[in-house]
Amino acid sequence: METLEQIKSRIESAVPGARVQIVPNDTPANQPSLVVDSEHALAVARFLRDDPQLRFDYASNVTGVDWLETVTREKVKVKKLVDGVEKEVEETIERKTTGYLEAVYHLYSMSLKHGPVILRQRTSNRTDPVHLASLTPIYRGAEFQEREIYDLYGIIFDGHLDLRRILMWEGFKDYPMRKDYVPPDDFEYEPTPHDEVLERARKHYPAPAATS
Amino acid sequence: MDEGLRSELSKQGIFTVKMQELLQWGYNTSRKNSIWPLQFGLACCAIEMIATSMARYDLARFGAEIFRPSPRQADLMIVAGTVTKKMAPQVVRLFNQMPEPKYVIAMGACAISGGPFKQGYNVLKGIDRFIPVDVHIPGCPPRPEALLHAFMTLQRKIDSDLLTGPNRARHLDSEICGEYPLPTFGEHDLEPAFNPEVWHPPVIVRE
Repeated sequence: METLEQIKSRIESAVPGARVQIVPNDTPANQPSLVVDSEHALAVARFLRDDPQLRFDYASNVTGVDWLETVTREKVKVKKLVDGVEKEVEETIERKTTGYLEAVYHLYSMSLKHGPVILRQRTSNRTDPVHLASLTPIYRGAEFQEREIYDLYGIIFDGHLDLRRILMWEGFKDYPMRKDYVPPDDFEYEPTPHDEVLERARKHYPAPAATS
Repeated sequence: MDEGLRSELSKQGIFTVKMQELLQWGYNTSRKNSIWPLQFGLACCAIEMIATSMARYDLARFGAEIFRPSPRQADLMIVAGTVTKKMAPQVVRLFNQMPEPKYVIAMGACAISGGPFKQGYNVLKGIDRFIPVDVHIPGCPPRPEALLHAFMTLQRKIDSDLLTGPNRARHLDSEICGEYPLPTFGEHDLEPAFNPEVWHPPVIVRE
């Protein structure tokens, strides 16, 4: 199989205007992935499937990820004029990254027996009604998994054939796999509560009898 | 009848019994030895239920080998497995469709409390929040012996059903209709989250 850099440059030449970015992975898995913009995701997926050297004809897994807003602090030495003398002063810089939702596709080639290539699409934020391109027209097997992502994360897949909730019922308002999901308060009976459950269950404990 | 006379007669080989007790014995014995469970399973506990009904554990020894595929013909609902919130109204509806007298065994950790999925967003924390459960079986999943034990417990319960009086069995009380309201799908949870006529949060005394 070609390296990810080669695939990236070939995508860029085959799909004009596509913004592809390689996400490194520093964990022992060392499995870098490609982030594509959702406007060109469908064309990129079509290229990956139809290119004779790649032939990624099988989407083995589609999943969603919820990335919260992160703040990283970094200490940087800056040269400054202090009392007319130039000195090195340490300053902390806060870097904020906005949160976003992500759909991750693991693509394999059945015909050429290679893979995976990991394709990611990211939304610009995680608060608005977030839209991504559906890859179901290319990979029919992604249909139910994109429905599940829609159900649990609330990502709306444009171009999906039949985007409905799949596990929860119609009329359910929440997105349970989002990190800010608050489960319904049904902790009134917890025989062996601990940790987070204990705090939730405590709210239901009867008020202590007044001792006089 | 005088107890002394009854004991005197029994020594002579004459047994006396009240008509009501005889009727109750006959009625309950015939019912408890021919229970037709509803053929329905929800998760892995159903596999153990199937094993219980097959040759090795042989539920037929207790008169319950006929699993009915229709709630109209069943006496016993074995809630075998995880009851998701999406499934809960259907389980209650099946129970409503069963004719009286009807009984419920909640089989396994999920059916009695939600089990390992208790803190999830999608699993009901025990089917006893919506329908009256006669026997609870803990275990994940319970072994077939545990289901047999629950079954024998249910048989003892049926055997002690009273025909008359204020504590008579539910199906003989014309004021109890035996149908339970279905929960509806709300925006965040089932509405209501439990049926207060059937279940109240037990009060736990902590020291």
